[in-house]
Amino acid sequence: MNAKPVPTELLTPGADGRFGDFGGRYVPETLVPACEELERAFDDAWNDSLFRTELDDLLREYAGRPSILTECHNLGAQLGIRLILKREDLNHTGSHKINSVLGQALLAKRMGKKRIIAETGAGQHGVASATAAALLGLECKVYMGAVDVERQSLNVFRMKLLGATVEAANSGSRTLKDAVNEAMRDWVASVETSYYCIGSVMGPHPYPFMVRQFQSVIGKEARKQFRTMCDGADPNVVVACVGGGSNAMGIFSGFIDAKTRLVGVEPAGGAAVGRGTPGVVHGMKSYLMQDEYGQVQEAHSISAGLDYPGVGPEHSYLASVGRAEYPSVNDQEVIEGFKLLARTEGIIPALECAHAVAWIAKEAPKIQGQTVLMNLSGRGDKDVAQMMTILGDKLD
Amino acid sequence: MKLATHTPGALETRLRKIRDEGRKILVPYITGGLTGWVEAVRGAAANGADAIEIGIPFSDPVMDGPIIQMASEKALRDGATPNSILHELRTIDVAVPLIVMCYYNTVFRAGHDRFASTLRDSGVVGAIVPDLPLEESVQWASAADKSQIETVMLAAPTAPDERLPRVIDRARGFVYAVGLLGVTGERAELATTAVAMATRLKKITDIPVLVGVGISNAEQAMQACAVADGVIQGASVVRRLLEDGPDSVATYVAQVRAAIDSPIVSNR
Repeated sequence: MNAKPVPTELLTPGADGRFGDFGGRYVPETLVPACEELERAFDDAWNDSLFRTELDDLLREYAGRPSILTECHNLGAQLGIRLILKREDLNHTGSHKINSVLGQALLAKRMGKKRIIAETGAGQHGVASATAAALLGLECKVYMGAVDVERQSLNVFRMKLLGATVEAANSGSRTLKDAVNEAMRDWVASVETSYYCIGSVMGPHPYPFMVRQFQSVIGKEARKQFRTMCDGADPNVVVACVGGGSNAMGIFSGFIDAKTRLVGVEPAGGAAVGRGTPGVVHGMKSYLMQDEYGQVQEAHSISAGLDYPGVGPEHSYLASVGRAEYPSVNDQEVIEGFKLLARTEGIIPALECAHAVAWIAKEAPKIQGQTVLMNLSGRGDKDVAQMMTILGDKLD
Repeated sequence: MKLATHTPGALETRLRKIRDEGRKILVPYITGGLTGWVEAVRGAAANGADAIEIGIPFSDPVMDGPIIQMASEKALRDGATPNSILHELRTIDVAVPLIVMCYYNTVFRAGHDRFASTLRDSGVVGAIVPDLPLEESVQWASAADKSQIETVMLAAPTAPDERLPRVIDRARGFVYAVGLLGVTGERAELATTAVAMATRLKKITDIPVLVGVGISNAEQAMQACAVADGVIQGASVVRRLLEDGPDSVATYVAQVRAAIDSPIVSNR
């Protein structure tokens, strides 16, 4: 568990789209040319200084980057560690999702697409997609599991306010996994005019790589900011929650070559890396919660954004080579983590990030005196109504 | 046109013969594990199907529309597994070739070699894996070849001309021409892409070309068969099985058979 971190290189997948054994492009034949086109378009854009400048300008002047670091003096003292947050919750739309969405929406326009499709769990990626679509004049359709539509009604309204169409996915477990299925079905039918804006470091190549590149801004900023704050040192531990894993890959990417322990916290009911086995779904080979016949199992988590039985392939790779570790926490611990950060620091985290808080609180006795950098990838406003139902008058 | 360089297996030999005799090929699709599915397979075989595609239900069927999704969910809820379906196929005793349609995770989880040999031992001669494109198919294709399982490749309307020959080169049994941009399911009209796709493929290969996805009734089957060597019909068959039981499948297959055997089609 407390193994010495082994610095490694950040991988760039080759034509086969693989991170070690993981990744690839397992899509219906109809989508293969679209994935190839996207791979070329992204490569071209990423190496084009005009595109990069346009994206950087948007990130700065629209999303509000760079996001700041906040040291948690109260909670740190209470836990016996030095705890610092990367404040992605302060971005426009309230989470890290905007980083990738602005990049992808710009790319969609550059590719001549008029419409973007997105899936969403907690609604953060849906809101970010609807926002970027409104800004850049694109049509936007968001698929969301019917269960999530229910528990994140505020975000559903937000998306509609921004001009997006929200469609409830009523198949399967009616959560994020099924929203991805519906989005892929839409894409198969609309591939010539539509861009599929995937919300995490998942899906067929080049998505896991591309979304990581767009999110790597988190890690780049954080490394520099942390060194400024902590006399040139790197953190002992970097922690982030993991559903599909984009906020975690975003921050990990900045520390992969550092002597820093990388920890991705999964929900106990959706621990793809921790409890899954290699499988193939949603276009990628990765760890997956599945039964003996390969039927994908339903994840269960208090947070809609982590309610996903798979995980981005690069996380599977980092786990397989021992570079990152993927412990899990249960819903009760998450609720405590949620309250803990609110009470001690005056910051209400998204339920997703409360997983990272929960792990830190649990791990604290073993990492006394260490520096811990946590990616606070989203704010908890969207979860307040749900928590009100859960906690009710138990809140004292 | 490029002549195939591989030695045709049992499925392809059979389909080539039908095509060369001037007849059209009819392949109905039936979701395995649904109530009455075995009877439906027998009924289809007895009423003019040239081969039958058996779907192994998967939890996340991204190439399938509402009907086959519903059928898959229902079959899974009723306890269907790849093993239970393949086990029933062993004793089904029909006179037409059986092809399995399954998503790749079913194959991957079982192991390539093990899955291929289980198919063979169950009397299956072909496999369609709709989320396993050419670039990812090497391991499966070689395991399938070893077990004499003919791997049908899909050719989609989005494929540029340079891609089609590479797809065809790896196709065994027949080439599955995807009839439209979209997932399986019934449509009011035959998409123009269906005939266009068949035309593109017929120009460059002598392997039988069957159009599937969106062939929704006898009339559309006839229209597709004006160019294609045959059709695959899924949602329209499965909907009948779900709504009216296996006898309605037999009746429907007979109706489509009669339509594509009519002189209008053969005298194109």
